[in-house]
Amino acid sequence: MEIDPFVFRLSIFILSIFVGYYVVWSVTPSLHTPLMSVTNAISSVIIVGAIIAALAGNEENVFNEASIFGFLAIILAAVNIFGGFLVTQRMLAMYKKKKK
Amino acid sequence: MISTNLLALFYLISGVLFILALRGLSSPETSRQGNFFGILGMIIAVVVTFLSMGNFSDSFLYVIVFLLIGGSVGAFIAFKIPMTAMPELVAGFHSLVGLAAVFVAISAFLNPEAFNLGILGNIKLASLIEMSIGAAVGAITFSGSIIAFLKLRGIMSGAPITFPGQHVLNLIILISIIVLTYFLCTTQSSGLFWTLIAVSFLVGILLIIPIGGADMPVVISMLNSYSGWAAAGIGFTLENTALIITGALVGSSGAILSYIMCKGMNRSFFSVILGGFGGTDQVSKSNNKEQKPVKSGNSDDAAFLMKNASSVIIVPGYGMAVAQAQHALREMVDTLKKNGIKVSYAIHPVAGRMPGHMNVLLAEANVPYDEVFELEEINNDFANCDVAYVIGANDVTNPVAKTDPQSPIYGMPILDVEKAKSVLFVKRSLSPGYAGVDNDLFYRENTLMLFADAKKMTEDIIKSF
Repeated sequence: MEIDPFVFRLSIFILSIFVGYYVVWSVTPSLHTPLMSVTNAISSVIIVGAIIAALAGNEENVFNEASIFGFLAIILAAVNIFGGFLVTQRMLAMYKKKKK
Repeated sequence: MISTNLLALFYLISGVLFILALRGLSSPETSRQGNFFGILGMIIAVVVTFLSMGNFSDSFLYVIVFLLIGGSVGAFIAFKIPMTAMPELVAGFHSLVGLAAVFVAISAFLNPEAFNLGILGNIKLASLIEMSIGAAVGAITFSGSIIAFLKLRGIMSGAPITFPGQHVLNLIILISIIVLTYFLCTTQSSGLFWTLIAVSFLVGILLIIPIGGADMPVVISMLNSYSGWAAAGIGFTLENTALIITGALVGSSGAILSYIMCKGMNRSFFSVILGGFGGTDQVSKSNNKEQKPVKSGNSDDAAFLMKNASSVIIVPGYGMAVAQAQHALREMVDTLKKNGIKVSYAIHPVAGRMPGHMNVLLAEANVPYDEVFELEEINNDFANCDVAYVIGANDVTNPVAKTDPQSPIYGMPILDVEKAKSVLFVKRSLSPGYAGVDNDLFYRENTLMLFADAKKMTEDIIKSF
């Protein structure tokens, strides 16, 4: 019998939780704020779902009931992606070592 | 058009790049490269999604336009936002992730064919469950983050809002979400789907209103975690590896931060979530205490003490952020260093309104990060330091946490400020901190209270030097 693809995705999910666990424990406490802003930015990869939803409208009717929500989600996710990565960049640029 | 397998591999690459983005944050030197990996992962995910659709029609143009609109708004905010407003910005961003998850779930519910999930009115059972989880968690993240945002921004009072039967009500609503999901799966009714989302919005609000201002570090971390689980739920619905990996990473990241914050306050996660901490009854109790003698001084006294010191430790807290005193503080430290005094900064894990809040503000004021130390690194040094300069912190320095088992903050790890030869405590008045507990440190022999605004006092000390 074949394995249900769901089981594969569940395996990826569980293993990623463990990867996340170990990676985040090694983040230095002084960078916890950038950690939050960058996780914010990457969780907006949800934009791929929004793009698929938005492009599902047909030729005559770009904005149908379902695709309009896709378009709205694109705006929200894009605010987050650009805002999240840029503000993280801005913060990280400020962390400097002592001048010797 | 690229094949489904190739697409999945590219999403996997995105996922790995996101892991590297978080890995980079293990030190400030590698962090900028890490952020670059994150951006690269995002570009790959978006581009291959376009390629997989192969539909470069009018809709495609609109997608680009909407992406650019959102992108410019985001970029504008990122460049304009002052660093002191970081906590509310992060809360605001969380709410957007939550709402985006809700919208994608709605779209998938209304047009399941687009995602290969069956047809409207007959969506695959597993997909429907995943979709409901994604939508419900997304909605809770959205409304919860909005409340957190309003509290952090000061639009809504930071005081906890409690009413009788609150926890019972929350429990009933949470159970009703499960019941709704069950009936949604058996009937596929769109009415139930909308109700589920509406009820989840309500839960988000009810969950956050009883939680007070200084517990916000836990709330923000928790909402960070929720936004991850919402993304993962949608990832399962859309069978998208990048989303599943990212959701799991963000979910566990937020959970770890919540844990670290709770530990920093020696409170259980549940006691924070149930809320009501720092309420009025505790404050009134401490007001009944008899007046104890307090030594207070001015900027000249403070400057004199520091001049004669050979080492000074600065203890910043939320008050420094409110007074925007970080730049003045760094100038003062420059003056001290010029006089050959050794200066370091001590940061308590829950100082400020979000994890790492103080570190970002100090970095903004050009304080080198290797002069800034965490609680465990520096706590033993207080005994050997001449002056501790407490600016805007309160509860995290209260020795009562070590001595009085009756105190609400008993057992909380604190900075051993009282061991310093002299303590300079900048504060507007003798009012208790967030926990509503009188700070024993105010009445110690070696404490000199400096009653003033944090920024003004720091500037005056520079002048008196």
